[in-house]
Amino acid sequence: MSAGSAPSVLGLPASLETPAAAVSAWAAARLALQRDLTLAFRKPAQLLQPLAFFALVTMLFPLAISPELSQLRLVAPGAIWAAALLASLLALEFLFRDDAQDGTLEQYALSGQSLTTLLFAKTTAHWLLTGLPLACMAPIAALSLGAPAPALGAITAAVVLGSVTLSLVGSIGAGLTLNIKRSSALLSLLTLPLSLPVLIFGARATQVAIAGGPVLAPLELLAALAVLGVTLAPLAAAAAVRISLE
Amino acid sequence: MNFTWFHRLGSPPYVYALAERLTPWFAWSAALLILAGLYGGLVLAPPDYQQGDGFRIIYVHAPSAWMSLMVYTSMALAAAVGLIWRIKVAHAAAAACAPVGASFTVAALVTGSLWGQPMWGTYWQWDPRLTSELVLLFLYLGYMGLRAGIEDTQRADRASAVLAVVGIINVPVIHYSVTWWNSLHQAPTVMRLAKSAMPPSMLVPLLMMLLGFTLFFGAVLLVRLRAEILTRERTSQWIREALGA
Amino acid sequence: MSTGSLEVENLHLWRGERHVLRGVGFALAAGECLKVTGVNGAGKTSLLRTLAGLMYPEEGEVRWCGRNVRSDLRGFQGGLAYLGHEPPLKADLTARENLHYWIRNRRQLSEPLLTQALIRVGAEPFAERLVRTLSAGQRRRVALAGLALCLVPLWLLDEPATNLDAEGQRLVGSLIAEQLARGGLAVAAVHHELPLAGGAVRLLELAP
Repeated sequence: MSAGSAPSVLGLPASLETPAAAVSAWAAARLALQRDLTLAFRKPAQLLQPLAFFALVTMLFPLAISPELSQLRLVAPGAIWAAALLASLLALEFLFRDDAQDGTLEQYALSGQSLTTLLFAKTTAHWLLTGLPLACMAPIAALSLGAPAPALGAITAAVVLGSVTLSLVGSIGAGLTLNIKRSSALLSLLTLPLSLPVLIFGARATQVAIAGGPVLAPLELLAALAVLGVTLAPLAAAAAVRISLE
Repeated sequence: MNFTWFHRLGSPPYVYALAERLTPWFAWSAALLILAGLYGGLVLAPPDYQQGDGFRIIYVHAPSAWMSLMVYTSMALAAAVGLIWRIKVAHAAAAACAPVGASFTVAALVTGSLWGQPMWGTYWQWDPRLTSELVLLFLYLGYMGLRAGIEDTQRADRASAVLAVVGIINVPVIHYSVTWWNSLHQAPTVMRLAKSAMPPSMLVPLLMMLLGFTLFFGAVLLVRLRAEILTRERTSQWIREALGA
Repeated sequence: MSTGSLEVENLHLWRGERHVLRGVGFALAAGECLKVTGVNGAGKTSLLRTLAGLMYPEEGEVRWCGRNVRSDLRGFQGGLAYLGHEPPLKADLTARENLHYWIRNRRQLSEPLLTQALIRVGAEPFAERLVRTLSAGQRRRVALAGLALCLVPLWLLDEPATNLDAEGQRLVGSLIAEQLARGGLAVAAVHHELPLAGGAVRLLELAP
């Protein structure tokens, strides 16, 4: 049976020896990003949940401590970052779970593209949908806890940088716990210790910003953590996902 | 270079037999060193001019803290070897390490807190050493929790190996950030007795305890490793022969 | 002209404590389809996943065109299409969008070609509907369109005719036949008889 004679019903050259036109890693990453953003905007209610949670947790502090802004100003750095950490943990559940359940994550692993790149694209989409909105809400939360207006720019920058690292570090735990039922507690247990440096430097940046001091140093440390996360975390997440797919 | 020894170390029957032969050596030397160290530290060493007799808890606290970190490193190394070269025995060793390391961490925390009471007047302070130990405990608990959460042994091995490797990269980052955070607030620390200022009568028992704890860990690891191998290979032929013989 | 050959030698795979694959071996040449049969739990899915490189066998080798697939796993995976139990479709995208994102990840694709594939599998009437509104059989057809669009030499199919009516099963048979006629290979795990419209068929029975 010669391969060239059978007609192809799809109107393609019948021979399979013409190699598939390669898709660049960049194009594949862009496609993955586009897909996740499209999907997210079809279910907008889900996007609001982490933000509502963040606002709620922030509100707990004045109720639990005191309505005096002068007192709240002292706890504002810790409150904002604890709330941001918890909200991003909540959002991490959605990173890989759906794809793992409907089989599309498997297809990513089998696509011939680098899984590291594809998962990095997914994590980026996830950050755009959760981390970035959180960073936009952070100055509002800070204001409500007594932070002065000049500090807000630095606070937003700190949460932007910190949330990048949180999403990346969280993707590792999300990949490891893919097959575990009711894994939210375990996911938190895995992710929180790894996120502590972000909490420490982020809260410090917020504190310095509120006091009006030099905020560049802690921001640079946050940026360094983000760079470390970007270079190492996707590799670990890809390894974790491959293990979970076995 | 002859690498057969490396390949043999990957063979469960070989390691099983080797572990049995080595355990008494580790156990006895550990016992001797610990007893000698305790005697030297609790009885022979003079009281510290600043802290009186309270400092003596360092003879348990420092080796425990040191071991908690050393065991995590060993666990991560074994896990990495198992992950890269797919050696089952390495994964078994990593699994065997975890509860031991967690116990050392708890011991370090408890002795640290007991030390704190006469020194600070409180059982707990967020000083960098204790805080880092606490974070390390959570790293261990996360590792053990992940292992427990995955039913398939192979997948549990490989997933927890990734976690251990990620953890070991993070340990210096976490330690640095906790120390940095603590230095800003200048909380009192009495956990450190400057090693160079320690007279030999204090230092020698401490080193003996360190070495003794290390050998103790070796003995416990060998016993636990045998148990792990036994559990994992319980359906295989060579185990039945080894036990039946 | 052959586009490839698949050789499997002495495959051993453990899942936990179960020795699922015990020394499985076969050789498949271009234009041949291997039908894997066996009761539930015999290891059909595990075999397919091992061939796809998702699972790692403890012993044995999988060779594509004479070379061990582990030497270039990603390249090998780019040349195969794997269809598992569930059609890999996002419920909140339309059928057409799903194929767009799935296949464009792997190869260049034109819109007319996509439409043609949808027509071929009989999915054109519901191509613009969200997958969550489709029945199981309709989703299976969309997945088959994606399979055909991959245009790769090796197909690994896990119960490809699930949820399909008699006409759908004939569709699966003719798609596989076309694949074989193009010089491709197919490994299909099947429970029931699969009507194959031509092409050489080999059989492999797995015992639990």
